[in-house]
Amino acid sequence: MSEKKPSIQADLKENEVRNVNRETLGLSQRQIVVRRFVSHKAAMASLITLIGIVITVFTATGFRLGFGSFGVTIPGWWPFSITDIDPEGAMASVCNGGVTGCPTLDLKPSFIDGDGIQFGMHPFGTDIIGTDYFALVVRGAQQSLMVMVIVSLLGIIVGTILGAIAGFFGGIVDAVLMRITDMFLVTPVILIGAVIGFKFGNLGVVPLALMLGFFSWMGLARFVRTEFLTLREREFVDAARVAGASNRRVIFKHILPNAMGIIIVVGTLLMSSAILIETGLSYLGFGIKPPDVSLGLLISEYQGTFNISPWLFWWPGALIVAIALCVNFIGDGLRDAFDPRQERNISRKDRSNARK
Amino acid sequence: MMLVIVFGASFLAYNLQAYSSNPLSGFAESTAVNKEFLMAKVIRDLQLDVPPPIRYFSWLRGALGFLWGDFNLGLNREDIPVIDLLAQAIPVTIKLVISATILAIVLGISVGMITAIRQYSRFDYVMTFISFLLFSLPIFWVAVLLKEFMAIRFNDFLVNPQISTLTIIIASLFLGLVLAGFAGGTRLQFFLVLAGGAVFTAVTVTFMEFSNWFLEPSLGIFGVSFLALCNAAIVILLISGLESKKGRIAGLGTAVAITALYYPLQLLMSADASFINVVAIFSITISTGLAIGYAVSPIDRRVYTRIGLFTAFLSTFPLIIDRYLREFSDYLASDAVNGRPVPTIGQGKDLLTTKQSENFWISGLDTALHLILPTIALTLISFAGYVRFARGSLLEVLNMDYIRTARAKGLTERTVIVRHGMRNALLPLTTILVNDFAGLLGGAIITEGVFGWKGMGQLFNDAIRGYDMNLFMGVFVLGAFLTVIANLVADLLYGVVDPRIRIRK
Repeated sequence: MSEKKPSIQADLKENEVRNVNRETLGLSQRQIVVRRFVSHKAAMASLITLIGIVITVFTATGFRLGFGSFGVTIPGWWPFSITDIDPEGAMASVCNGGVTGCPTLDLKPSFIDGDGIQFGMHPFGTDIIGTDYFALVVRGAQQSLMVMVIVSLLGIIVGTILGAIAGFFGGIVDAVLMRITDMFLVTPVILIGAVIGFKFGNLGVVPLALMLGFFSWMGLARFVRTEFLTLREREFVDAARVAGASNRRVIFKHILPNAMGIIIVVGTLLMSSAILIETGLSYLGFGIKPPDVSLGLLISEYQGTFNISPWLFWWPGALIVAIALCVNFIGDGLRDAFDPRQERNISRKDRSNARK
Repeated sequence: MMLVIVFGASFLAYNLQAYSSNPLSGFAESTAVNKEFLMAKVIRDLQLDVPPPIRYFSWLRGALGFLWGDFNLGLNREDIPVIDLLAQAIPVTIKLVISATILAIVLGISVGMITAIRQYSRFDYVMTFISFLLFSLPIFWVAVLLKEFMAIRFNDFLVNPQISTLTIIIASLFLGLVLAGFAGGTRLQFFLVLAGGAVFTAVTVTFMEFSNWFLEPSLGIFGVSFLALCNAAIVILLISGLESKKGRIAGLGTAVAITALYYPLQLLMSADASFINVVAIFSITISTGLAIGYAVSPIDRRVYTRIGLFTAFLSTFPLIIDRYLREFSDYLASDAVNGRPVPTIGQGKDLLTTKQSENFWISGLDTALHLILPTIALTLISFAGYVRFARGSLLEVLNMDYIRTARAKGLTERTVIVRHGMRNALLPLTTILVNDFAGLLGGAIITEGVFGWKGMGQLFNDAIRGYDMNLFMGVFVLGAFLTVIANLVADLLYGVVDPRIRIRK
């Protein structure tokens, strides 16, 4: 601390401020946000990983669009489906002294164990009766991702509308809407989720996700309301009003774009909690039910065989963690990107200061 | 207002549950001769012929009974009063979650604050990654892993407690790294702490292995006094700074006094001890600490008394843990345990002989061992949230103008961070804490399911699967009430701790 010269430090600081200004000079807010997000390494890596997972999961075994007997099934490139049973393939892969259906995925190069890097017939192994485990896990991940997207979209739409109305109009509207929000808020999501899941779980993933989404907008509504309350009093809103803008114009053109940051960030967090809730419910037997597949269901089904065939337990868990982790990192990157006070460009000085 | 909210929420939940459950579904495949009669009986008992929105009010009349002293949540489908079931289940759930919550709060806040102080350090990056990872873990998955690696492997290990040299080296380096990360400092200091921590761990673990510690564990007077000194050092560092001579006297004096009290206090810890004895021990040690702190100096008396108080309070825990540990070998040898002490499921062994279950220390040890896995699982999950929150909160405070003022007027870095920074950073945490206590019920459902505890989560599970309306509403209303009360307490508490915010009429 003692050997630092204050005048040089002040100079450095000033330089930094100038640099930051130059960086954002002449850019729109959206450009600044995108630029900041792109420079957030962990968030970008997570985004790429997540996109990779989504593409793999939705193209591999194919999925069905539409309801009931109406709709099209889009075929995938993976040779097995969750209903195909392949006992010969399972018997062919033996490990750990006689356990069949082991993963054929081998990531060790040939100079370690001589087999070389290969995927084999069933890279994730097969389950007890010989169903390809990759197909099962992919199907489960499809369900979880769908729940995640539907829940967060519904939560964002309902939460934003209610929060915006409450915050913008205030008064009695605000009071009534917030009491309703409180009413939903005192009901723990998992309790409601269990009730819903027990009823709708066997109908498939979409009804379950819709109902869950209908009970997860409250946090966002509160955030949006607070944001609207403060933005409403700002000068640019007054200016717009003086220029004769209607309520609709003020909300959509002036306030909503400024509240976008908080909406996106809270929406992302909603996604990661949605996937954990869905898998938790399915694990307890309140969510998606057999014969359909979910990651939580796979874990609860195979937790007992951990000693014999651990891969049946590892793969679904690893996928849940990977998806939730990616979403959380993306959320963190977005929060940094939308936060105007955040200083990017961690300098050498900051690093050395960190060690003091 | 609160009542109205709970009323609305319960109305919502009642109808949701009523319309989504069908108590008659069990009869669909029934081949009983008197099927019609049984169905009619269920319909009459559960008043299924009344539409749910109206049926709700007959339930509400009982629930509102507390206004005129006739509180009644109805009977469950086995005709047991729901209130009795809840009364049995609540203590179990509280027991399950309380230690995990406290542990997560203490660890999370301290780690979070350290990462904030060392922002952008390697420690910060590593902890940020770890907290994100923990944040993304499903608890049931962690639970299965813990059962496998903490319980089953540890029990196997106890059969023949021998640790390989490689394990010792890895564990020592890991602990050294953690310590060094906490301590920070220049590169030289970092490596010194790392080396010191690693050597210390290696020596301790080797000693433990050769002294057969894992089968007959105890801290002994040396362990207790060592831990007391560590506690004293931390307390002094936080409250007065290590350079204060009187602070050192108060803290270390208390630690020495606790060590001196080790043998006298054993008298209070006989086999027929009870909870009152534990309270007595705490009051003795704490009053000793207070007295020492008080006697140190008439100037700044409050500071030194506080050092004595906190040191004594923290150092009593090793004293008591030591007593529990000394029962371990007996416990391990008993028939019910049969050499496998860490259970994967359940909330207590009922196979213990009456003599053992009457022994306060053995039954306590039994409960503690059953709590280990759920506590670790819950702590890991909720730890991350506190780390993120404490970090963000302290960073925000450290950017304030009054922190710059405090630095400018020449206060030491310790005073600035502890007095001006941490205290203000803790303010918003009160809200989070209170809300988390209310949210624990939701979290307990999965945890109880995984570890086979019979608390609120179990009741809820039974209620949904058994289409038990009254039981369901009982659990639900309790949860809703907890949340509402927690919000109220948080608002009031915030007004108390933060004078800037007073509730405006």
